[in-house]
Amino acid sequence: MHELTIAELVQGLADKKFSSVELTQHYISRINQLDKKYNSFITVNEDEALNQAKQADQLRANGQANQFAGIPVAHKDIFCTKGIKTTCGSKMLANFVAPYESTVTEKFSQANFITLGKTNMDEFAMGSSNETSHFGSVCNPWDTKRVPGGSSGGSAAAVAAQLTPAATGTDTGGSIRQPAALCGITGIKPTYGRVSRWGMIAFASSLDQAGPMTRTAEDAALLLNVMSGFDCKDSTCVDQPVPDYTESLNQPLTGLRIGLPKEYFSAGIDSNVSKAIHAALDVYRQLGATIKEVSLPHTALSLPAYYVIAPAEASSNLSRFDGVRYGYRCETPENLEDLYKRSRGEGFGAEVKRRILVGTYALSAGYYDAYYIKAQKIRRLVKQDFTDVFNEVDVIMSPTAPTTAFNLGEKMDDPVAMYASDINTIAVNLAGLPAMSIPAGLVDGLPVGLQMIGNYFAEAKLLQVAHQFQQATDWHRQRPTALD
Amino acid sequence: MALDRSDVEGIAHLARIAINEQDIENTTATLKDILHMVDQMQAVNTDNIEPLAHPLELVQRLRSDEVTEANQRDHFQQLAPQTENGLYLVPKVIE
Repeated sequence: MHELTIAELVQGLADKKFSSVELTQHYISRINQLDKKYNSFITVNEDEALNQAKQADQLRANGQANQFAGIPVAHKDIFCTKGIKTTCGSKMLANFVAPYESTVTEKFSQANFITLGKTNMDEFAMGSSNETSHFGSVCNPWDTKRVPGGSSGGSAAAVAAQLTPAATGTDTGGSIRQPAALCGITGIKPTYGRVSRWGMIAFASSLDQAGPMTRTAEDAALLLNVMSGFDCKDSTCVDQPVPDYTESLNQPLTGLRIGLPKEYFSAGIDSNVSKAIHAALDVYRQLGATIKEVSLPHTALSLPAYYVIAPAEASSNLSRFDGVRYGYRCETPENLEDLYKRSRGEGFGAEVKRRILVGTYALSAGYYDAYYIKAQKIRRLVKQDFTDVFNEVDVIMSPTAPTTAFNLGEKMDDPVAMYASDINTIAVNLAGLPAMSIPAGLVDGLPVGLQMIGNYFAEAKLLQVAHQFQQATDWHRQRPTALD
Repeated sequence: MALDRSDVEGIAHLARIAINEQDIENTTATLKDILHMVDQMQAVNTDNIEPLAHPLELVQRLRSDEVTEANQRDHFQQLAPQTENGLYLVPKVIE
């Protein structure tokens, strides 16, 4: 059962080949047996998941089940869930049980999905390797000495290890796409504002966006149908109709114009990764696409601009963690200032503190114009680059990450080197565009991700372009050899 | 820009984050590296470019000024480290 996609599970439940209780029990057993190796879950929702499954089976027996009733999923531990701990990978929230439910998880519950548990992640989604989690690193199922990517590393590893058919993720600078690439799965970051951020613990509010992480583009389309849509509780959520993302999946790609930004194939890209991407591009040629080189000249500047804007927004968002109303409080504070400082000093990990300090500096008197305003001006240049290129092409393609999964510990002592692993993904967040990563090859037994970037609200186009590739190739069906 | 130990202590105070004595040197070095990378921004001329705050350039949506949330003080205070009679407790501020 764990080999099946969501589309196949929906069919299996409808045809009564198995019940939701059987399916959920199967996944829970796999998690209990195998996740010691990967550490992809922070909380396993065993008892409640089985209750939900019983209810879903009952709905089906009564003829009241909707399409997804009884399908298990896992949620990144950044989405607030009533009754299940939401830690955000931090000591600060190690025992936090949210008093309300996020819109994304609420939509899954409304559709009668089963919540298997909450997945591991970099602390407050700050990281590219899942090594900043208070709950320990996650291991990549393709090679447990390597990172799964981050920050949605637990979600990516859980899907790759077949501990869940799909999981939710969030992407502020590549946190869905890069772990999807490193773990050999499919992930989509929608247009900024497409999915509600309500109840999703904020990192950088003008960049954060949630999306599904799945085995196939078809599954991503199915889950994006569930997740998308206007929400009056998120003031940045966009009020625009949601298409059925599965509708255009089967349309052919004849005449599709693909742009290859030369800056995304530059010196930092591993030559074998580049080769795998070019082989994937040949598949697109055979499917009727035309390919041309394009330029996004401000790409190199997106990294410094991002590492001003994201920390600046984070320093503001994370000021709410004060040790007074909820979350970690230090022992025996001497006075109020000591309470604030030690609660935050002890409750946050090194990378989170680093980013709060960078953000505080960038926003402080005398530096605001030189850092924050300057970064926002570069943000406009980055967006304009994309607008210009989308006059000429339909989709932009590149490697998602410069290399395959790197070794655990390899970049932990050098934050700037770690940040550089996001070079191909962060400009998309600055511009607010939708983008995907799909498996497109293997280098030395490790997955390579192909990134595709679309114009605003062109998720359906991206999913179609990804699905057509998956009809012609079987990279998305490759599994880690060491799996069981 | 040259960042030294006292700058880092100043920033940490603004951010209300305690940094252990033994970590200050390392924190200073790392912040220097990050700000050095960030300073690449200064290479591009951005005169006459408007800052971009929202990727879709939308403005904040307003709603009518009506009460939409019920009072859930007891519920929320269950999460608090220390409360008394419906109040959040902190160390004494005024003697």
